[in-house]
Amino acid sequence: MTTNSPSKVHVTTTINGQQHELLVPGYMSLLDTLRELIGLTGTKEGCLDGNCGACTVSVDGRIVDSCLVLGAEVNGKVVDTIEGMATPEGLHPLQQAFLEEAALQCGICTPGFLVAAKGLLDNEPSPTEGRIRHWLAGNLCRCTGYDKIVRAVQKVSD
Amino acid sequence: MVATFEPKTDYKVVGTRPIRHDGYDKVTGRAIYGGDVKLPGLIWGVMVRSPHAHANIKSIDTSAAEAVDGVFAVITGADMPDAPSKLVDLGEGDINFKWASNKLMADTKVLYRGHPVAAIAATDRYVAEEAARKVVVEYEVLESVTNVVDALKPDAPVILPDMVGDDLGEDVTNTNMAAHVRHEFGDVEGAFASAAHTVEREYNMQMVHQGYIEPQNATAIWDEEDRIKIWTSTQGAFPARTQIAGILQVDVSRVKVTPTEIGGGFGGKIPVYFEPIAAILSKKSQRPVKMIMERTAVFETTGPTPGARMIVKLGADANGKLTAATSDIWFEAGANPGAFIGPAAMCVYAPYEIANTRIDGWDVLVNKPKVAPYRAPGSPQVAFAMESAVNELCEEGGWDPLQFRIDNASKEGTRRGDGVLFSKIGMEEVLQATKESAHWNSPLGDAPAGKARGRGIANGYWFNIGLKSSANLAVNSDGTVQLTEGSTDIGGSRTSMAMHVAEVLGIGAHDVRPTVGDTESIGYTDVTGGSRTTYATGYACWLAANNLVDVLKDRVAILWDIDKDDVDFNDGKFISKAEAQKSIGFKELAGKLDDLGGPANSTGSVDLESAGDGFGLHIADIEIDLETGKSDIIRYTAIQDVGTAIHPAYVEGQLQGGSVQGIGWALNEEYYMKDDGSMANSSFLDYRMPTSLDLPMIETVLVEVPNPLHPYGVRGVGEVPICPPVAAIANSINDALGKRLYNTPMNAGSILKALKQDS
Amino acid sequence: MHPFAYVAPSTVAEAVAVLDEHGDRARPLAGGTDLLVKARANVWELDAVVDIKSIPELMKLSVGNDGLSIGAGVPCYQVYDNSEIAAEYPGIVDGVSIIGGIQIQSRAGLGGNLCNAAPSGDGIPSLIVHSAVAKIASVNGTREVAIEDFTTGPSRTVLKPGELLVSIEVPKPAANSGAAYTRFIPRNEMDIAVAGVGVFVQLDSSGKNFESARIALASVGPTPILASAAGDSLAGKPVNDETISAASALARDAATPITDMRGTVEQRKQLVEVLTGRMIKQAVERARG
Repeated sequence: MTTNSPSKVHVTTTINGQQHELLVPGYMSLLDTLRELIGLTGTKEGCLDGNCGACTVSVDGRIVDSCLVLGAEVNGKVVDTIEGMATPEGLHPLQQAFLEEAALQCGICTPGFLVAAKGLLDNEPSPTEGRIRHWLAGNLCRCTGYDKIVRAVQKVSD
Repeated sequence: MVATFEPKTDYKVVGTRPIRHDGYDKVTGRAIYGGDVKLPGLIWGVMVRSPHAHANIKSIDTSAAEAVDGVFAVITGADMPDAPSKLVDLGEGDINFKWASNKLMADTKVLYRGHPVAAIAATDRYVAEEAARKVVVEYEVLESVTNVVDALKPDAPVILPDMVGDDLGEDVTNTNMAAHVRHEFGDVEGAFASAAHTVEREYNMQMVHQGYIEPQNATAIWDEEDRIKIWTSTQGAFPARTQIAGILQVDVSRVKVTPTEIGGGFGGKIPVYFEPIAAILSKKSQRPVKMIMERTAVFETTGPTPGARMIVKLGADANGKLTAATSDIWFEAGANPGAFIGPAAMCVYAPYEIANTRIDGWDVLVNKPKVAPYRAPGSPQVAFAMESAVNELCEEGGWDPLQFRIDNASKEGTRRGDGVLFSKIGMEEVLQATKESAHWNSPLGDAPAGKARGRGIANGYWFNIGLKSSANLAVNSDGTVQLTEGSTDIGGSRTSMAMHVAEVLGIGAHDVRPTVGDTESIGYTDVTGGSRTTYATGYACWLAANNLVDVLKDRVAILWDIDKDDVDFNDGKFISKAEAQKSIGFKELAGKLDDLGGPANSTGSVDLESAGDGFGLHIADIEIDLETGKSDIIRYTAIQDVGTAIHPAYVEGQLQGGSVQGIGWALNEEYYMKDDGSMANSSFLDYRMPTSLDLPMIETVLVEVPNPLHPYGVRGVGEVPICPPVAAIANSINDALGKRLYNTPMNAGSILKALKQDS
Repeated sequence: MHPFAYVAPSTVAEAVAVLDEHGDRARPLAGGTDLLVKARANVWELDAVVDIKSIPELMKLSVGNDGLSIGAGVPCYQVYDNSEIAAEYPGIVDGVSIIGGIQIQSRAGLGGNLCNAAPSGDGIPSLIVHSAVAKIASVNGTREVAIEDFTTGPSRTVLKPGELLVSIEVPKPAANSGAAYTRFIPRNEMDIAVAGVGVFVQLDSSGKNFESARIALASVGPTPILASAAGDSLAGKPVNDETISAASALARDAATPITDMRGTVEQRKQLVEVLTGRMIKQAVERARG
């Protein structure tokens, strides 16, 4: 095992259902791997220290801040981003609810909120308002005051 | 000549809630924001920033950075064009090119921590960042000042030695005081002498940041034709072009600005930071250059709103009528002049009718980032002082705070603190709506053991602006319309623009496809700011749509072989005045245009002097842990005169978002400055904006008093809602604890300290 | 950020070999939620990061009669999602449930929280009051260190260059015991403790008297603090407001905070006293079942 030069890491990963083989510099974040290497710019950069949630993606079904994950770490894992949320049948119900409830203004935090909210509803289909607010506390929105975001998630809850 | 319009109510599109046109791209991740711009051969730029708040630059050695493999260009202040000292109006605040240029890249002196001293372009961000660490700068550190009191001391270090300040019209030098203005009306001294009750209090607020989630960014190409193409997240492509051209000292026509989708601004993305630097790096490297700002630099170097020191004195007669007021207002400008003392003076007394008033305002340099507009710049500060003082006066006089506000409310004809007389305004209607609101008529409820509850109210005001906007329309053969307009869309404004057009043409909101134009595809349009967009650009869209009707009447005249004057347009239909049964709908006509003269296009442009003033009132219910000082907002309502709500959901969103920014300002947000002049909490973690878990639902009451200055009665709504929260929360804390806080943030530590004071 | 190599060994031996080779220019990578922030800010300049998550031993989470064993790479959510741990070690669950938000809890864990050695580490006080022990490996073998001795200052621990935290071993709590942790933050989530208090109590069989207690404090000193005098003051005393107040006052005395952007000395001391009282009561309630 040589570690003398920061060589690239061979990564095989499934992103939005599609298998990718990548050579990722060891120090490159998953965020930059998605945005710069693969071109999936729907995942946004807000702070690079895990405090805004704009870069939220799902890795093996758990939401993470992709700025605090290395691209090399997703070898053998399943990554889901905002670009994979809609299907050929149409928008995910959360996406539709965000539109109908006017849950976005500038929209920069929206991909992160949607991926995070999906992570909640996939496991807890009937969260209370308090639980929704708790789950989404890692995602900052500065435009909406969260009211319409919480309502949109409630609309999709059972 | 200002046109006025009668209120109407029989709308088909206005007042509905269609899905926004750009929404699909934004919920799927497809929308292209500034950071998402990709160009062939793109390289990355980064700044080298000063670790000191105030220092002379003795030397800069960039040789080691230039030698790094993958570095294409390194620039310093020496590469900046010599921009002249010239003041230009940007719509919401002025800019002086000399200061603006110096703010982006220091020449011989750094004026605030993070002040750029060099910039580097390299193959990728990681290479550029590593190279930046190799730039060697030798500094002579100077004493720094970070508040107005220290900055105005006689022995304070002078931040801009060549600045000439304006002290009530007199030139002053060797000072950090950039300007001192005064407005005085009536007999202030006499009125205080005869007042039955007076209060005089000092208030202090820490600097706060807009806190948009998307950091500043820019992508630039300086091409072989000597044309500069910029892609950026900006609140105004044209004002950005003005700044870029001014800083780079080129004609505006040489600069093309393409506004990308923008991830929040709140005023902070009116000034440019990276655009001219990326352009110079591009020129030097002969490659397109992209820059994205790191969050620390966003806090340390981009437009916060001024910290303030304010002394307000109020007088009232025995019947609870306000008779006199004075305000002394010191605002932090940051390292260049321009601290919004003008707007502060316009706003401070606006909700009240007071016969005798004086305002003195000072614009003061400090070693902090140059301030930028932040949602009603200057107004939340003076609202905190004024609305707190009004409540204290009510306590003195034994008056109900809501009734007192009703009894003293400004109305049509009231003179504002800076002398302007109000036209039709909705302050009284807002107060009446408050009195009737569900929240006001609900009990506060009992606090759990160990906690106390309180309710507070406060008024808020923003004057709103008009200015210049442009819109173009083109009819498609399927009966839809393309709309190109110049206002960058931060919060769904595109759809409101389309709704203006649809309402005129009698078609659906989704029959109009709106696009935000770049500076080469649409006429000049001012910033998305000042609560002007739906009002002014909407007005331009309305004009364009009416002009399109006029164009189409010509085509109907050809179709029916009658005189154009005999064609009427009503409810989406063209009708023959002579034969009432003869009519053709807009959509049907659109399909026939190929044989009726071809493409039908129109344009609309406005330059609106006034906009119609905006007023609101907020009610805040707070619950406070008496042992820890922790507070929670348990209920919150924003009541506001919104003129006519074109898209009510997005109007509500403005009220909710502004309220929450104000709540954050009140409770936790601040620039916590260290002794060395640096900001200690320059991260989202420690800056502490509210999360979803910190808030209740934000209730809204839309009071619709149509604005006679707009064809559909639109009144700007975006800025008013950040004005009341700080004072409403101060008043709620006082109601809960009997303790009044005079400084922000009113965080747990401050509350705990106040609680301890009587024990 | 200094460019570094990424290695993902599958055994402790391989991992400590790499760490040994690079000394302080290599770091183990668990959740990365502190490491990558520090690397990006150039607080640490690294040549290699050693991802420990492919090492089965470091990802093991087990709970049983031998107590609780938490591998150094186990993320927070696995701890709080485990109903057995939640039932037996609620104080530990209190801590891991409030580290960052949900995204952070998917990655961050107690091992990283401990090694990051922030005075405010929300996971640490409960480990201290549970008398947990850190198992450490290096090319020279293994050793054990009590958690209360593990951190030595802000961002400083007993780990020497080349050493790797393998797991945290928590003894099985005695009958009639309970634990709790809370912190004070200005927001309701996503924040750094202004002060934090963890309490472990063991009651007698009647549930009316303390047999023993341990109290640990966060964010009020250069490291998390074991407030021994406060805990000891409860031993053999009846559970009542008087004894709890006395212990809370002693906890306050044990706090040695500073004034900074997150709070003042006076505020932090007050918070320690208030939170200690609240957590003793909570731990008692849990001990009584």
